[in-house]
Amino acid sequence: MSAPVLEVREVHKVYGEGATATHVLKGVSLAIDRGEMVALIGASGSGKSTLLNILGTLARPTSGQVTMLGEDLTRADDDTLTEFRNRHIGFVFQFHHLLPDFTALENVMFPSAVRAGRERAQARARAAALLAQVGLSERADFRATQLSGGQKQRVAIARALMNGPELILADEPTGNLDRQNAMQVMDLLARINRESGTSFLISTHDEEIAARCSRRVVISDGVIAADKRAAR
Amino acid sequence: MLYGAKMAWRHLGSAPGQTALLVAGVAAAVFIFIFMSALIGGLAELLVNRTLGNQAHVTVAAPDRPLPLLVPAQGRHILAARQASTSPSLGLAAPRAWEATLAAFPGVRVIAPKLVGSGVLIRGEVTRPVTLTGLEPGRESAIIRFERSMVAGTAALAAGGVLIGETLARDLGLSVGRAVTFRADNGNSVTLTVSGIYRLGLGQLDEAAAFVPMSAAQAVLERPGRVSAIELKLDDLYAAPAVAARIAAATGLDVTPWTETSAQLFEALRAQGNTGLILKVFAMITVVIGIASALMLTTFRRRGEIGIMRAFGATRRFILYVFVLEGALIGLAGGLAGALLAVAALSPFPPIEEVQPGQLPVDLGQGSIGLAIWLTTLGATLAALLPARAAARLDPVEAIQQ
Repeated sequence: MSAPVLEVREVHKVYGEGATATHVLKGVSLAIDRGEMVALIGASGSGKSTLLNILGTLARPTSGQVTMLGEDLTRADDDTLTEFRNRHIGFVFQFHHLLPDFTALENVMFPSAVRAGRERAQARARAAALLAQVGLSERADFRATQLSGGQKQRVAIARALMNGPELILADEPTGNLDRQNAMQVMDLLARINRESGTSFLISTHDEEIAARCSRRVVISDGVIAADKRAAR
Repeated sequence: MLYGAKMAWRHLGSAPGQTALLVAGVAAAVFIFIFMSALIGGLAELLVNRTLGNQAHVTVAAPDRPLPLLVPAQGRHILAARQASTSPSLGLAAPRAWEATLAAFPGVRVIAPKLVGSGVLIRGEVTRPVTLTGLEPGRESAIIRFERSMVAGTAALAAGGVLIGETLARDLGLSVGRAVTFRADNGNSVTLTVSGIYRLGLGQLDEAAAFVPMSAAQAVLERPGRVSAIELKLDDLYAAPAVAARIAAATGLDVTPWTETSAQLFEALRAQGNTGLILKVFAMITVVIGIASALMLTTFRRRGEIGIMRAFGATRRFILYVFVLEGALIGLAGGLAGALLAVAALSPFPPIEEVQPGQLPVDLGQGSIGLAIWLTTLGATLAALLPARAAARLDPVEAIQQ
């Protein structure tokens, strides 16, 4: 069996100090294998977003270990984490968070351009192909502000795929969409997962969305309460 | 970094109203900077032209000759005090040699010896006290600009000729070609022919001065081969104290810069310069505060974007670069716009030499245009540092959530 893409061991996260300290994660251990599509389920305040941020190297755990692709990231400096994130992790957020002054194509190119320092022709071609993959070729030159909610989310997915990451972390990716668009987005994620073998960790509290994933991890009060793989 | 520049450019272009306002604010400050520099510089030049235009920048004379003390007989005590400048100087001997020495000092542009004595000009029944000054023919206008001020005749002094002021000519009823007698305090007399009449607008020179060839002055004043002083004009007027100190140290002569003889004017020019400097500093502070506060708001408004950029691999340096570059671009654009505006507004002003009473003496050449653009760009860049650092230090998680 191959090594997991991402693994966290005994991760704790405490906000604040002393009497006002809030213990959000209480010894979470989790490993995500290559090609897995994992649903992270939990109520508001369960520690779901905090865990996602730590897994995405956007936040540091108070204690515990974070390993990705065999590399221990627990004590890596900010520049190392930034570069690692750029190469190996993609993000899809609930509120799209596209750069409003950029076109759909430029938004998709961002992870490549920010690393190279310029927009290469090769990256432009890949971004165009990704937009075609999410069905938005005809919107490539539209500014982010000119796109609908569903279109923005599909652009965000294309952007997450730009640097060919091993893992995509999606925080409530359908939370801001109507049911039809939500299902379209999930279909798209499932297709990418199948075709490219990219691992997904999708945070959601929507059972129907979770049901589309191959594994369900339930987090409650800062601990993993359940971890089940769907029968194949 | 090209990509960072593109991002900065897009940010500025996405809020054209705000960017235009910022650029206009910077341009206004730069306009004030250039206008103040041109006005203060022009005013100083006008004052210097009008007051120092006919004076030496440095005057070199023989040191005072101390009077000997009378020594009392043995065993007696006396209290003695020596007064400075009570003894008339015989002047400088061998002026040609001194001229060669002085010419070797850097910054010396013009060298003109003069011999000064006093007496009266007599025409018929009328006499007028005058200061007689001997000048080297060919260098009559080296210090006092006679050639620009002639109302009759010529400024060139021929043998037996004399230049006098318009007021004195009127008092004595003289015109060019008329004869007049000069009688020195030592009793010697010489008959001169008026070769030119000038109007300098300076009372003493127009009313009670006469200028003759050096040889004639030396003869009538009985100072053969000597001059009272050698006057200098320098490339840089304000270098006079330093040049004077160097000459004094090297020659042991009595050297006086204009800043001593016209100390009040020097102080006034300095105060004027300081006032201008304060105004320019305030203009720059306005630029810095304006840009810093506007960019603070911009970075606050773009917190979410900054968070997402950080999530997708933008380093802190990249974020810093983008926002600092925005400040620099605003500074550069405002600097260029302000400079263009200043050039357009100040070009119609006449040159300082042609300024009439009531007109503003504005010298665009002293507007420090390059400095204004450079300082503004630098100031704007520094102003952007604070908000840019704040942006670069944003916690991506917090920024995305907001």
